[in-house]
Order: sequence, then structure tokens, then C-alpha cells
Amino acid sequence: MARDSIPGRSLALGTTVTLVTLLVLIPLAVVGLTAGGMSGERLSAALLSPRALAAFRLTFGASLAAAALDVVLGTYVAWILVHYRFAGRPLLDALVDIPLALPTAVTGIALATLYSAHGWAGRVLEAHGLHVAYTALGVGLALAFVGFPFVVRTVQPVLATLPVDLDEAAASLGADRSTTIVRVTLPLLVPSMLAGFALALARALGEYGSVIFISGNMPLRTEIVPLLIVTRLEEFDYQGAAAIATVLLLASFGLLLAINTLQRRLTVARSGT
Amino acid sequence: MRNKTLAAFFAVFFVALSPLAARADTADSLLNVSYDPTREFYSAYNDLFTKYWKAETGQSVSIKQSHGGSGAQARAVIEGLEADVVTLALAYDIDAIAEKGKLLSPDWAKRFPDNASPYTSTIVFLVRKGNPKHLHDWNDLTRDGVAVITPNPKTSGGARWNFLAAYSYGLRSNHLDDAKARAYVTALYKNVPVLDSGARGATTTFTERGIGDVLLAWENEAFLSLREHPGSFEIVVPKTSVLAEPPVAVVDVNAKKHGTEKLAEAYLRYLYSPAAQQLACDNGYRPRSISAYAHCKTHFPQIDLVTIASFGGWQTAQARFFADGGVFDQIYQPH
Repeated sequence: MARDSIPGRSLALGTTVTLVTLLVLIPLAVVGLTAGGMSGERLSAALLSPRALAAFRLTFGASLAAAALDVVLGTYVAWILVHYRFAGRPLLDALVDIPLALPTAVTGIALATLYSAHGWAGRVLEAHGLHVAYTALGVGLALAFVGFPFVVRTVQPVLATLPVDLDEAAASLGADRSTTIVRVTLPLLVPSMLAGFALALARALGEYGSVIFISGNMPLRTEIVPLLIVTRLEEFDYQGAAAIATVLLLASFGLLLAINTLQRRLTVARSGT
Repeated sequence: MRNKTLAAFFAVFFVALSPLAARADTADSLLNVSYDPTREFYSAYNDLFTKYWKAETGQSVSIKQSHGGSGAQARAVIEGLEADVVTLALAYDIDAIAEKGKLLSPDWAKRFPDNASPYTSTIVFLVRKGNPKHLHDWNDLTRDGVAVITPNPKTSGGARWNFLAAYSYGLRSNHLDDAKARAYVTALYKNVPVLDSGARGATTTFTERGIGDVLLAWENEAFLSLREHPGSFEIVVPKTSVLAEPPVAVVDVNAKKHGTEKLAEAYLRYLYSPAAQQLACDNGYRPRSISAYAHCKTHFPQIDLVTIASFGGWQTAQARFFADGGVFDQIYQPH
């Protein structure tokens, strides 16, 4: 019913397909084609070496953990920004976007300086036996930092437009504050939290600049997939670089597709009831 | 064909990213694409050269500079950055421009004296003031509890010189036994807690973040660190090291296109002049001209230096040590 209620569907579809092809599909296809010419043996050497596997584990593990942390922190900050009025709120609101504006190398150098053994935060943490800089934890931290704004910015507008009468209805039916949050508010937020999670995850999987400064880049331990790609390029091994990039792309695409599908189902289910 | 397509894609990517991708398309301007630590030297040299050229020919010229990791710079030139001349950290990187980019002749190293390296450098140790861990030579670096800072040879040209300096020590102290030399570098890299992606990054890790007991550094970078942090560090000179020969070359195809062949040739040729040799010396590079040492602000200690030729040249060394699955990768094989 909704399908043709607005005119210009084929024109819109045409421009969209053209733009997506030019901006996304062609560059991606070139990457895939470059890798496509490799023999099976070289392909498995490039992708299945212990070093490559360790890098894939680290990149996907740290990215998922960072995105999950971002969902918790981001939703919390969005909650505060929407529900409370306090001095400096506009300032906090603007600060949230800073990780997007900072050049990633600046982020990486700042984090490494802060969390290394002699750094301001690192000194305190190391005293408690917690090593952040040059460990997988540091990789996760950098990824959480760059992904954080995505969750805040997807949850915040949804939270701001939630109808107050739902809260009031819940309260009138005898729900206390925490029950209202858990049973009424949070379920309504889940689609936007998932969207934020997907964006933060996508950003984390490809992140290079901010991570290499704090990761220490040790093979098998703290080497991320994008660094492996750069290493292959350094060796003028474009095919090897493209093979790793293709796997990263396909896996990312699969994850994002799954999350987006889940999010759409949830949204449809909600609006249906 | 596929490589070309991808190369074109990366070319667009790099040119869009590089703020210094300005094209030198008139005959009175040059683009010199160089590596990281030469920034200070070449900005002084450009002044010297433009004055000389003006006096010689009456022509005013402008020289643009681009700096970055040596390998990344070579790739940028291959993929379309229109350098008239390149002044990089390793012959291997210029070989790549000749081989993959076909932008200059493969015998480029014979076009200027001394393997086309107008100045040289070597690898020394930078340690903390007072040398608290008593590090005097290569064998001290593999002791328990010594943390060595050196960048990743897979991504840094300087780090490859570091690796080869260590390997040559391993060979020479073990009657040229390759297995023992490998054992030595393996033990050394066990003491490396962080592999920064570039030489400047490693220097920052050591000097600003206080990580590690010793930094394996370009000699000119070590001098620079001493000047920038007076009283914090000292240089330890090992008994043996490598003779690092950073080479220069005219990128023929680009120079011809821009009509800058004569200018580019003269720009590099003048690096061998007494005035330029003096300038290199003052900036911490070892000059080729013996007489330049006499008036130099920098004191260069005597070190027994091995050349890249003893490893069979860069092509051989790269394939054996730094290629995928090479000696360096084997250090990090899981056991």
C-alpha cells in the first residue's frame, strides 16, 4: 500500500543504485577482483596463517566488545543528556562528537600517552596490575572511544521523542520507576541501541589510525587486521592485502546485515502491537 | 590489468589524502618526495640550492617537499604522486619505483657517485641518562629485563636497518653462523615490548612515554633527541653497526613530463658539493666528503660498519629477511 503512495519511485531507485554503485560497489568490486586472481594456496597462506587468524580474532573480538561497551555507556550518556538539565549540558552534548572530529592519529597518540606505564592514567592502573597500553585491552579502549558517539547519537533522538504518557500509564498501573525503565522504556530503545551498536562495530572493524599507537603491534598478540593489510601493501603485495580486506568486508557486511535485519524485525514487531 | 585498476584506485586515494600532492608542472619547480627524518635537512638544503641555482642560471626555482614513511612514499610515487626527485631511506624503495612503476631506469644507483647516496648514517643506541642498565654493545640488549624499542621492519625502512645491524652483529660474533645469528635476533626481539609502525613513533614511545631502556635509532635522529631533551638521554655507540645509505634519484618519467630534467639532475648533483656536504654533516648525516668532517658541528664516532652489499643488496635482503614468511616473520612463529 505504502509502496507507490509517493511518485518518482523508479527515478529514486535509479539514482540510488547509481550512487551506491559509484561510491561503494565499484571500489569494493576492485578489491574483490584483485584478490580473486590468487591461487588457493596463496589465499590460504594469506588468510589462514596463525598470524592472520590471531589478527582476525583480535579485530572482531575487540570490536564486538568495544561496540557492546559503547551501547551501555552511550545509552547512559544519552539518558542523562535527554532527562536532566544541568549547567554545562550543551558542553557535554558537543563533547560527545569529539571522537568523530579528532584525527585518528591524535586519538591514538593521546590514548597511548595517557595509558602507558608512565602516563597519567596508566600509572594508577599499572599499580593495580592492569596493563592497558600495548595490550588487547588498549585496542578495545581505542575502538570504544571512536565508536562511542554513534550510540549516543542514535539513541538520543529516540529517547527524546518517547511519549511521556507511556511512563505515566505504567506508573498509574502500579509500576515503580525501575520497572518502567526495564519493561517500558528500554524495549522501545532496543532498535536504536542496535543501530548504534552496528555503526560502532563497523567503525571499529576498519579502524587503523587510533589503534596502531596504543596496540604495540606485536604479531600474534596485538596486531589488528587493518595493520596486516598495510603490511601487505608495504610489501607491494596488493593481492594479499585485497584478500584480507575482502574477508574483513564480507564478515563486516554479514554482521551488519544480521544486526540491521534484527533491528527491523524488532521495529516492525513494536509498531505492530 | 587488475593490479593497474587497483593501483589507479589507490592513486586516487593517496592523491586525495596527501596535502603535499601538489604537482610540480612548471619547469621552475621541483617536488622532492622524501622520508621522515630528512625534513630539517632538506628545508635547509632547498634554501642553499635555490641561491646557488639563481647565481648560476639567474632562474628562481621553488622546491616542494613531501615527507612520510619511506615505503609509503615510494608507493605514493608509483601510484601517481608526481615527484621529480625521490630521496628515500632505502635503495629497495627506489628499486620498487623502477620495477613496479617503470618511472626510472633500473640502474639509477649508478647515475650519481657513491651508490647515489650523498650522505650516510648508521644505527646507534639511545639510552637513558647515566645508562642505568649498563648497555654498551649489542650483546647487552638480549639480557633479561632489558626492554628494546625499535619499530616494525614490515612497515618501517629505518627498522630494517636496525634489524640488519643486529643480524650482522649476530653473524660476526658467531663466526658467520646463520643459525646463531637468528638465535641472537630472536632473543633481541623477545625484549621488544612494542613494535611501532614508524621510526618517529618509536622515538616518541621511548623519549616521551618513557617506555624501554634503549632505542635503536638512526644516528641523526639520536642527535636530534639529544638536542630536544637535553640532559635526559645519551648515545651509546656499539662496536659494529650498518652503513645506512639513503639514496637519491631523478624520477625520469615525471621530470621529462614537467620539463625539469636538468633542474632535477642539478638539484641532486649539488648534494655532493662542499657546501651541501657541510650542511648534511651539521644535520647529523655522515658526509661522503672527508674534508666536510673537519668543520662539522657534529662529532661522529668511529664504528665498524657493514654495508648492505654484504647481505647481497636490498633485493636479496628484503626477500630473505622481511618478505612474508621471511626471517623476521619466523621470529614470531608460534611454538
